[in-house]
Amino acid sequence: MLIFEQSQKGRSARAQLPREITAELDIPAHLLRQDEPLLPEVSELQVVRHYTRLSRKNFSIDTQFYPLGSCTMKYNPRGVHRLAFLEGFLNHHPLSLETQSQGFMACAYELQEILKNVTGMKGVSLTPMAGAQGEFAGVAMIRAYHESRGDTARTEILVPDAAHGTNPASAVQCGYKVREIPTGIDGNVDIEALRAAVGPQTAGIMLTNPSTLGVFEQKIQEIAKIVHQAGGLLYYDGANLNAILGKVRPGDMGFDVMHINLHKTFATPHGGGGPGGGPVAVSERLVPFLPMPIVAKSGDFYRWLTEADCPQTIGRLSSFMGNAGIILRAYMYARLLGAEGMHRVAEFATLNANYLLARLKAAGFTPAYPTRRASHEFIITLKQEAKELHISALDVAKRLLDYDFHAPTMYFPLLVPECLLIEPTETESKEALDAFADAMIKVLDEAKANPELLKNAPHHLPVRRLDEVKAARELDLVYDPERSHSL
Amino acid sequence: MPFIPHTDQDIQAMLATIGAAKVEDLFDEIPTSLRHASLDTTASGLTEMELSRLMRERAKQDGDLLCFIGAGAYEHHIPAAVWEVASRGEFLTAYTPYQAEASQGTLQLLYEYQTMMASLMGLAVSNASLYDGASALAEAILMAVRANRKNQSHQVLIPATVHPHYRQVVEAIVGQQGIQLTEVPYDPKTGTTSLSFLEAFSGNVTAFVIPQPNFFGQIEEVDALTDWAHAHDALAIAVVNPLAMAILKAPGQWGQDGADIACGEGQPLGVPLASGGPYYGFLCCKMDFVRQLPGRIVGRTVDAEGKPGFVLTLQAREQHIRRAKATSNICTNQGLLVTASTIHMSLLGPKGLRLAALASYQNTRLLSQKLSAIPGVKRVFHGAAFHEMVLRLPQPVNQVLVELAKFNIQGGYAMGATYFELNDCLLVCVTETKTILDLDEYADKLQFVLEKLADTGVTLEKKTLVD
Repeated sequence: MLIFEQSQKGRSARAQLPREITAELDIPAHLLRQDEPLLPEVSELQVVRHYTRLSRKNFSIDTQFYPLGSCTMKYNPRGVHRLAFLEGFLNHHPLSLETQSQGFMACAYELQEILKNVTGMKGVSLTPMAGAQGEFAGVAMIRAYHESRGDTARTEILVPDAAHGTNPASAVQCGYKVREIPTGIDGNVDIEALRAAVGPQTAGIMLTNPSTLGVFEQKIQEIAKIVHQAGGLLYYDGANLNAILGKVRPGDMGFDVMHINLHKTFATPHGGGGPGGGPVAVSERLVPFLPMPIVAKSGDFYRWLTEADCPQTIGRLSSFMGNAGIILRAYMYARLLGAEGMHRVAEFATLNANYLLARLKAAGFTPAYPTRRASHEFIITLKQEAKELHISALDVAKRLLDYDFHAPTMYFPLLVPECLLIEPTETESKEALDAFADAMIKVLDEAKANPELLKNAPHHLPVRRLDEVKAARELDLVYDPERSHSL
Repeated sequence: MPFIPHTDQDIQAMLATIGAAKVEDLFDEIPTSLRHASLDTTASGLTEMELSRLMRERAKQDGDLLCFIGAGAYEHHIPAAVWEVASRGEFLTAYTPYQAEASQGTLQLLYEYQTMMASLMGLAVSNASLYDGASALAEAILMAVRANRKNQSHQVLIPATVHPHYRQVVEAIVGQQGIQLTEVPYDPKTGTTSLSFLEAFSGNVTAFVIPQPNFFGQIEEVDALTDWAHAHDALAIAVVNPLAMAILKAPGQWGQDGADIACGEGQPLGVPLASGGPYYGFLCCKMDFVRQLPGRIVGRTVDAEGKPGFVLTLQAREQHIRRAKATSNICTNQGLLVTASTIHMSLLGPKGLRLAALASYQNTRLLSQKLSAIPGVKRVFHGAAFHEMVLRLPQPVNQVLVELAKFNIQGGYAMGATYFELNDCLLVCVTETKTILDLDEYADKLQFVLEKLADTGVTLEKKTLVD
């Protein structure tokens, strides 16, 4: 039942209402609202019960194993969440004087320094609010850099075909054309195709390493050389930073600019779709172009750098300081890990992925890149099963839900048919991985014995498989009390 | 090892299954020359107890202030239940609801959110959120440029009364795509956008941004502005404070045909100030433009047994399907903030929202009366306002703010930072959270500070004369 369907005229959560006042509105009548917005009239208990019950219809890290490739669904420390709710942080206005903001600014400054250290970069701006905005900022900086040198003929950004969809979309949002570079059969970028593609029109290349194929791009130094020689810059999509945190630094690989997904590598909660955090880190030559604001330190005092300090900045990307609360959480997580904890993240994320891969391989699943080590994630292709058993990766994913596991990422990257991209993360125990592998094996057995069981899955969730085609054809995007509804 | 559960036995067993001797071997495909990251400047790890100590000290440095700053982020009462429920692990630690059957809680909540926000804006549809108010305005502009087939001049009019940070963000984002942003000046008497400034742009405008209330807190003549846009084949984009819409006319009802798109900052609806984020941007539009709407959208459908359920829909607009041809690059949005906001709106209901808006309005008027009694303090603009006001001060604004800070009062936003001509002005905001005692305290201390600075100023002048 929707919250609106529990509404009764005249009911309210009384303790939450401001006191009745008789305000004489000194506002012309034609500018006033005449109708009542469609908000429910319900009691406090009704609200709490309704949304608590809804929450129980969700899978989450706190309740299920979530091997969602490319998303790094690791444990989000509760202590961090609670400390971000301290009054001093929670009720602090973003436009407070610097003297009244030193606590938050100290955290932000120290996170900038930690991120510089783990990425091997020279400057950091924390303001981008998610990975895609980090990408936008990065590509905008690449553009600003070329333009500052009078190099205005560069119109193209190169993107491997395995890239996240945000990469080409961000490049286009910065006014660039996108050229795709194919992947070789070993999962590495096709170097000859890259050589053929670069030229005076190349502004840069956007790469994820390890790539979304779950393997480390071994020729990265050669790629860096080819692109740099053509006058282009290298963008690192930090979506997979968890695989190399504390082990390998994008700055050392030759990247000029990157973003870090705080909601992946730095364990801030995904919140059912966000918020995220997408700080950007850059090499020396891009420092002048970083987005504002940035925290600087003079002696013991923290101050905001603004457009006045950095006239070449690409500007401001958020109303204030980006997702400040996420910055705070990522900072706390980094402090809990410390230097010695960072590389363990990469090591155990990689150990878990390779172990799960080994178990699934032994059980007869087909890795997309059988000769390669897994990074922190790997791909299983169900091409053969699809052909022989007439089941799809989607069917396997939906059946896994019945076994109380969140499904892996499906049908991404687009170039591997019927694929599942599996990322266990470092915070899962061996027992959890074994249970998941056992479930996969069971589902495969079911596919052979009774494929209908998969095709009709899920069977044990609040709803059966949902009709997405109907949703898109007969748009029902808001509740209309006139229409009949029953849940 | 924080958060890593492996025992030594686990590690050995796992390596044996993999067929590797040690964990380091798993990195053997990475060139050796790259495997040397040194974290020499990063401190070693803390326990949760040690971290708590550190963070409490830091929080104390920023806390316990009586806040009269608004300027795009507003302190409102948030019922305890809002974040208690939103912080449940099932909401907090869920991913984007791509696996619909395993995400019905978040999806139904988003459908309810879309309903509430669309209704508050008087428009047909809402997306499931964007990053914040400023970036939502940038996306609204990009959307309008794609959607307006009658005028493809790519010129967008933005009044100077739109939040200056929003204008900077819009410039940084849409400026990359060859869209021309033209600032419309404000009437120095009313602090609002006047029709007479618009004539110069006739026939050459793709979209017109209309704030309500505007950055100065003043209420714009939205009907006339919307009709002007439509009469000139421009789309009307409303950028509004959603709480104010509990008492002010909704964008969908502006003028003859209503604004085409409404966007803004969702923070006033259940999101704490939190040093500036995370907040959320909302974006609503008329049904005609739904396929140009960026960001995630939830739709109602049925399952295999005909039972109602919810899914993400119209995904062909989005980057993970359309890649370079998507309506936006946005992927991650602000789901958790919308979760809180939906619970907040449910708890306040139509009545609570209206009372919160009225009390904020009323308190601002009360403070305005008290401050106008102080010699030299004057309201700059005439006409109706919501819950903010621009005051001209007889002493340098930045010094006044520093002096007020000594009493733990945050006096407002110094307008000189972004409006040169208002260098001697302060933007003050009062919400329902302030009591009469708070208002008296502010008025008393402001008067005290102004007198103190006046005395010091006189002393300084005399001293200069003597020298």
